[in-house]
Amino acid sequence: MNALKDRLKAGIILDNPIFSQVLGMCPTLAVTTSGTNAVGMGLATTSVLICSNLVISLLRKFIPSKIRIPAFIVIIASFVTMVDLLLQAYMTDLHAALGLFIPLIVVNCIILGRAEAYASKNKIIPSVFDAVGMGIGFTAALTIIGVIREILGTGELFGRAFLPAGYTPANIMILAPGAFFTLGLLMAALNAFKARKR
Amino acid sequence: MNLFLLFLGAALVNNFVLSRFLGICPFLGVSKKVETSLGMGAAVTFVMGLASMISYIVYAYILKPLQIEYLYTVAFILVIASLVQFVEMVIQKMSPSLYSALGVYLPLITTNCAVLGVAILNMQKNYSLIESIVNGVGGAVGFTLVMVLFAGIRERIENNELLAAFKGLPIALLTAGFMAIAFAGFQNMI
Repeated sequence: MNALKDRLKAGIILDNPIFSQVLGMCPTLAVTTSGTNAVGMGLATTSVLICSNLVISLLRKFIPSKIRIPAFIVIIASFVTMVDLLLQAYMTDLHAALGLFIPLIVVNCIILGRAEAYASKNKIIPSVFDAVGMGIGFTAALTIIGVIREILGTGELFGRAFLPAGYTPANIMILAPGAFFTLGLLMAALNAFKARKR
Repeated sequence: MNLFLLFLGAALVNNFVLSRFLGICPFLGVSKKVETSLGMGAAVTFVMGLASMISYIVYAYILKPLQIEYLYTVAFILVIASLVQFVEMVIQKMSPSLYSALGVYLPLITTNCAVLGVAILNMQKNYSLIESIVNGVGGAVGFTLVMVLFAGIRERIENNELLAAFKGLPIALLTAGFMAIAFAGFQNMI
């Protein structure tokens, strides 16, 4: 049981996919214009990650190692297509807001990275826990960035008024430059925090 | 004239890196030196032009007649992965010097989301074959331009004193933010 707890802790804190491994930068910057979009993207990626880790771990003894990467990509792409169609059917607004970045979950390095580094070498249950940990870590990081940008850029939090009406929204925060600034400053703050701890 | 505007639009106005956020990983990863970023840019331009063309053909002549358009994600990523492999083998045979210059970047391109992104954008906007290729090459030229500029700035930052917390990625991200503001100036050009 401890091993499983370790997998969760690794994904969420120690090896956080965004803040410590710096993977999956494109969706991190592109869809974090609001808290809602960030959570939606995080959960979509998490569900693909869990399914692909599960299936790849199941098939790990059958996939020849020479063609493993194309095989992984096809498995991942199939789950991405399913998530894409499900979102289109049941959550049309979110599907429209995330747009191009739903099919692009295929090339999110986190998913292929976990398939190659963990699921292809480990048993099913640890692989699923690994995916859950990484997925929660990714979702949490996206949400932090999305909430900061939404509050500063629109004065709202998850679509409801948050800052007092006198606040003039800094429009730049929800445009492209705001994404780079928010992530850059967060990473600098994290570095400073780590340095002080040492 | 329309094709020219499409090219400019893809390269500058809706720059793939700074306004669409496609291809951020190589943009941050291989932009420490101007030379390497030029090499990466050249390889991406080549693959993106070809990928635009082939994914158009696959979509229009295979997926559409069979009415399995929803499989586009699977089809396009396979096209791109095999294309990259094929290009790698051809360059290795035809021009070993080019291969030694581009070789290391080629496998990285499969997971460059700009390549899959351009194929999907072309499909969503119903571009013709020529328009798809122009959009692909234009986007890749914009990617190369931004990457070389960014590498030039990063080379200079290396020689300056910085707060320890900002070293490496944080300062690179802030720099990219300022470049994105500059590129937002192209917004009203077309």
